[in-house]
Amino acid sequence: MARRTPLNDAHRALGARMVDFAGWDMPVQYTSVIAEHEAVRNHVGLFDVSHMGEVEFSGPGALETVNALISNDLARISDGQAVYAGLLNEQGGFVDDIVAYRFSPERILICVNASNRDKDFAWMKEHARGVTPVDRGDDFAQIAVQGPKAAGLVQRLTKTDTSRIGTYRFAEGEVAGVRAIISRTGYTGEDGFELYCAPGDAVALWNALLTEGQQDGVKACGLASRDSLRTEMKYALYGNDIDDTHTALEAGLGWIVKLDKAGFIGKDALVAQKAAGVKRKLVGFELTGAGIPRHGYPIHKDGKPVGEVTSGTMGPTVKKPIGIGYVPAELAAEGSTFDVEIRGRAVPAVVVKTPFHKKP
Amino acid sequence: MSDQNIPGNLKYTAEHEWARVEGNKVVVGITHHAQSTLGDIVYVELPKVGTTLEQGAEFGTVESVKAVSELFSPVSGKVVKVNEELTGAPETLNTDPYGDGWILEIELSDTSQLSELLDAAAYGNLLKEA
Repeated sequence: MARRTPLNDAHRALGARMVDFAGWDMPVQYTSVIAEHEAVRNHVGLFDVSHMGEVEFSGPGALETVNALISNDLARISDGQAVYAGLLNEQGGFVDDIVAYRFSPERILICVNASNRDKDFAWMKEHARGVTPVDRGDDFAQIAVQGPKAAGLVQRLTKTDTSRIGTYRFAEGEVAGVRAIISRTGYTGEDGFELYCAPGDAVALWNALLTEGQQDGVKACGLASRDSLRTEMKYALYGNDIDDTHTALEAGLGWIVKLDKAGFIGKDALVAQKAAGVKRKLVGFELTGAGIPRHGYPIHKDGKPVGEVTSGTMGPTVKKPIGIGYVPAELAAEGSTFDVEIRGRAVPAVVVKTPFHKKP
Repeated sequence: MSDQNIPGNLKYTAEHEWARVEGNKVVVGITHHAQSTLGDIVYVELPKVGTTLEQGAEFGTVESVKAVSELFSPVSGKVVKVNEELTGAPETLNTDPYGDGWILEIELSDTSQLSELLDAAAYGNLLKEA
């Protein structure tokens, strides 16, 4: 039976269409995917992301223990700052993509994908040297508040000065009377916050945001709009664009890999790959012919298969058919052309600069 | 017992298409239930006029932001008209699935196939049982 977040009844009360996602009963949409997507781009949207997991490392040496497991460098940031990073395997491929929060050198919290909760925790337990990780997934609910009106909405519900919380920074405070980690992070490309609270407080926090946000045009948003929003930003989705068989360099995520950091899992493989040259790359492209690229569609060049689409959609904001996929390095430059095979038809595509959606 | 979302004067298929008989031709579209399930339709792939179709054959697709849905021909025949307006305005399938959202017109090659289609009551029952 699918697991439920504390907000399950709230989604059903709003008329959400529910779907099984990674073993969780989640809202895929409430009204219209396009309306929810546009609410986030133009006003503010709420997402229940409580199904995601959290793993905590606490005690002396926590930072060093985590630094040996992830690709980014926690020693380079301050307390109250977070990093997007890869939890990599020995080949430099992804066990998962994560966000690591540095509360202090003795307390690191890692947010992991719902689909990888068990796998990630087992991996971390097996590979951690020093501090033992604790699975805190069941101790947190999480609500994402995303959109240009998100900061104003959250500020009206908290005494914490959110103007002092910059991008990828966080603070502990109270929102709508509920203790929360207020994190200026998100997966939509808009300004906003991810609020971590106790599961027992989730309903109160959700209702407060929904009520107070009416004046901002707040909308509850499901997994479908979450996916169209992140695709327009070319943010990777584990299982689609990244997995254990594609390295961080191939995925264009070299910026979250600090190769000058002392040993971490996957470092040697990536150093070698960087020296040898990356042979395939994850690119963003637009179709120049009619159709919509989708996960799994083959990519051809001169009639020969050369790659595959990993994500694609008709972007509701960009209003174009956009896709993400792996192609040979020589086809990765902006302006390169290839074909996407759609039900036997070769539809032309061109590599474009990403993100597809740029702030006006 | 009528349902405005299942017009009584149309025939239906289990794949949620409707068919309006006009002499030896049939106008085809997708039902209210189909468009509601799909959500916002953003793209339609249509066959060319002149295409020959067999009953049950796939003749195109309707796509939402998240999903691709195939369209199946309710009857055998030749495509004589295609609603090109849908290319520029696919959302018409959502707003007016039985009117301006018509998809194509087929010239029947076997009129006996019409009796195999569901009437409004039968289609309504199919939806209830789903």
